[in-house]
Amino acid sequence: MGKHLVVDPITRIEGHLRIEAILDENNVIVDAYSSSTMWRGIEIIMKGRDPRDVPLLAMRICGVCTGTHYYTSTQTVEHALGVVPPKNARLVRNLIQGSLYIHDHTVHFYHLHALDWVDVVSALKADPKKAAAEAKKWANMLTDPITGETIQPWNAGEGAYRAVQERLKKFVKAGRLGPFANAYWGNKSYKLTPEQNLVAVSHYLDALDMQREMAKLMAIFGGKNPHPQSLVVGGVTCVQDIKNPTRLGQFGDILRKSREFIYRAYLPDLLMAGAVYADEALKGIGRGLGNYMAYGDFRMDDNPWYKGKLLFPQGVVLNMDLSTVYDVDQSKITEDVTHSWYEYDVNQPLHPFEGQTKPKYTGFKEDGTLNTKGKYSWIKSPIYDDHRVEVGPLARMIVGYARGDERIKHYVDWLLKSGNLPVKVLFSTVGRTAGRAIETALMVDVMQEWLTELSKNVAAGDLSTWTEYDFDRLTKGKELKGYGLTEAPRGALGHWIRIKDGKVENYQAVVPSTWNGAPRDYKNRMGAYEASLIGTPMSNPDQPLEILRTIHSFDPCIACAVHVIDAKGKELGVYKVEPIGGFCNV
Amino acid sequence: MNITDREHLRALFTKPTNYINTNRGDAYYRELYKKMEKRLTELRAQKPVREAEMKFEEYLKVWELTRRDFLKWVSATTAMLMLPPQFEPLVAQAAEVMNRIPIIWINIQDCAGNTEALLRSYSPTVDELILEYLSVEYHEVIMAAAGDQAEQNLEKAVKDFDGKYLLFVEGSIPVGMPEAFTIGRHPKTGVEHVKHLAEHAVAVIAVGSCAAFGGVPAAHPNPTGAVGVMDVVKGKPVINIPACPANPANITGVVIHYILTGEIPELDSLLRPKFAFGYRIHDNCERRAHFDAGEFVEEWGDFGAKNNFCLYKMGCKGPFTFNNCSIVRYNEGTNWPIGVGRGCIGCSEPNFWDVYATERPIADSPIQPPAGRGVESTVDQFGLGVLTATAVGIGIHAVASALAGKKDKEENKEEV
Repeated sequence: MGKHLVVDPITRIEGHLRIEAILDENNVIVDAYSSSTMWRGIEIIMKGRDPRDVPLLAMRICGVCTGTHYYTSTQTVEHALGVVPPKNARLVRNLIQGSLYIHDHTVHFYHLHALDWVDVVSALKADPKKAAAEAKKWANMLTDPITGETIQPWNAGEGAYRAVQERLKKFVKAGRLGPFANAYWGNKSYKLTPEQNLVAVSHYLDALDMQREMAKLMAIFGGKNPHPQSLVVGGVTCVQDIKNPTRLGQFGDILRKSREFIYRAYLPDLLMAGAVYADEALKGIGRGLGNYMAYGDFRMDDNPWYKGKLLFPQGVVLNMDLSTVYDVDQSKITEDVTHSWYEYDVNQPLHPFEGQTKPKYTGFKEDGTLNTKGKYSWIKSPIYDDHRVEVGPLARMIVGYARGDERIKHYVDWLLKSGNLPVKVLFSTVGRTAGRAIETALMVDVMQEWLTELSKNVAAGDLSTWTEYDFDRLTKGKELKGYGLTEAPRGALGHWIRIKDGKVENYQAVVPSTWNGAPRDYKNRMGAYEASLIGTPMSNPDQPLEILRTIHSFDPCIACAVHVIDAKGKELGVYKVEPIGGFCNV
Repeated sequence: MNITDREHLRALFTKPTNYINTNRGDAYYRELYKKMEKRLTELRAQKPVREAEMKFEEYLKVWELTRRDFLKWVSATTAMLMLPPQFEPLVAQAAEVMNRIPIIWINIQDCAGNTEALLRSYSPTVDELILEYLSVEYHEVIMAAAGDQAEQNLEKAVKDFDGKYLLFVEGSIPVGMPEAFTIGRHPKTGVEHVKHLAEHAVAVIAVGSCAAFGGVPAAHPNPTGAVGVMDVVKGKPVINIPACPANPANITGVVIHYILTGEIPELDSLLRPKFAFGYRIHDNCERRAHFDAGEFVEEWGDFGAKNNFCLYKMGCKGPFTFNNCSIVRYNEGTNWPIGVGRGCIGCSEPNFWDVYATERPIADSPIQPPAGRGVESTVDQFGLGVLTATAVGIGIHAVASALAGKKDKEENKEEV
């Protein structure tokens, strides 16, 4: 056996994650462990509260996919109460959630993921003129899926690239690299040419600007970003904003600008990186479990509760077999704690409605590494119908593709054909990154349709944003159950609630990064991060570049994944916490 | 202490107001001006964090910022810091010597919301100023290095800038259950991590309500025994910039103030800078006229909602919350919670999850403010008493019951 690698902290993610990997003598990863090292206990905090107040709190599970938890939680409570929000609310929620997607994916691609593919220092050697030609080449490979026009590159003049290079030179010459310090520049695993690196670095900087604009999309109907504030159980509150043509116009403007950037910078850069790293993709580096699940999301009509048409269909695809898609049944979801820092009273995985969480922290081994034979993470291991599955943009695209969804097929085929790549490349680290880009393109286009639908509906005189309900009558002396199944940018997100006599009796969330970042389960099967690292060759074991590349391709969001502890609402002292007994018994 | 504890709530409601004196006379400002000039001269004499220095003017050029844009920002920042306009040249100079101030930013029990907010800061924007000019030496969410290399960066920054860097902390610290947070190859707990880095910092800035007051993790029943930075760090100046998330304008404001004075800004009893937390949301609310006229939203989406009426009856906690949201707003002034018709949830106040973040006025919340003198004296200080007299339609029920801590028996007989 070769080296035992420890990477802690994994940076450029949301939250706190440790990865340990075992290499063989050829520096190929033969074993891997994923551990989350932080939790807060938000679900126990939910207990006893008014269900109408819960969505604002649930949103704070995460500051990145913030609006998604808000939306999912609101829907969970609505499901329990049987309240159906009006059309305007559905459209506003889609727009807020959609703006989160395009913002989040853009930030992920450039600011959290790009430095795994792009060697910033190499860009100094580039010829700016050639870089401009390079940018044009990749952009021109794409035609606009709506207008059919050839895509022109983003801000790709020789002068523009020269300016970026100057800026970079001064930065590097200044000695201290700040956020870029001590990274893996020059590592053999970087494959882009200096010109390609310069194009990408230039877009990295432009994207900082662009993401600030994109965040305004959420703020227009949500009040602010992050942590919007306009959703309530039964609808939305931003009636002023939807009836204000200036607001709708501003939304449309920023959406157009965002589309420009996505089509002219993000997608060409993705094609460029995809082509350069295609051999790895074809070898299936980073593939992982090969099982994909999507709950489906984005309501396209006003039929209530999982009966209407969805933009992203639900489904499960196993073993990369696109010929069969299984329907998702939420009752088949369970969570296991064999390798998590919790214990159960019973010796089997539990459905979120019956879930119990008793922390049982066993710490690290004496040498500071994970005790992988025992418990080693604050994330539980979710299981679907006795399968470990991966969730995320790629899962959504794969499920949609396998279902033959026309819109998804159109966008997937369009990008793969432009890059002359087979569907097979999707089952890899590169594929996961590509899946996210395809989805971003699709989303920015469908958002325009929702905006049009919203303005038309408002212009027709429908200003209703909230469905009236009598909370006391619905809840008094009753026990209610509900769930919200949505798709966060990172994948399938489920919240489950039990309401007793108008108060939260139990609240559970199983989030995308729980599915993907989980440790091994009771059958010792790996979680998605772990499985995806196996077989990855490392060019320099002291520089965990390849590990970062694959882990980042999931866009980890670890605070989301470890929000959970649900003990009985026992009074706990501030400075001393007794081991928490009891469990949620609903 | 139990958050429903009467004494606790009394303390909360009777805390002195934050009002900052915005006109202290010429002598005071002359003195301050001199002091700031001296401080800037000292800073200018120091070596910048990055060795090869470029003139600030050149930076403006490569950032494609016009002098005019920059001056606009200078005016806004000067006003935000509650300094008279003649201080504008000093604020401009402060921006020019920002590169003397290294920053280390760490995340403990966080959701990265404040980092996300920081990334949305504007004029000068984060890429232009924070990332390049103000040297962020360590920030897990944006830095390229990971694992050992990240830890080395942190150690190097602590060594190189011992006693000089500003430590930003995002997220609360689980002191009741230290194992709820560990970091590093040789795992350190959050408590150890913060204490170590604070020891070598010049000052510690708690960004967001979690770092300031414990925030979400510390909400009842606080399963991990989470607390804010000020409960862990002793012997160092601590500045709280609460709100969920903190407004990036206030983060920049604190840094500029520190550069200008070498001191932390004037703080209230909760260690919040008074320039940002010196007035209530309510004081500058765009819907205030409707409050005074007694026009309220009574249900989501009703006539009042369609006409921008006051959100007090829908649970707006603007009258109880100190922050400058109603002036600064969010995302380059795009909007704010009251703008989208939801009302304020009091996110910059301690324990806001347990006290304020409810859909209905405090009177209808399961957690009650204390009866009697506590609230009433606060109301006087807040000026609400006066308002009540003039606000004819304020919903005597809502305010009166909020003030007295009583509830309408008919409506709430099932409540605790």
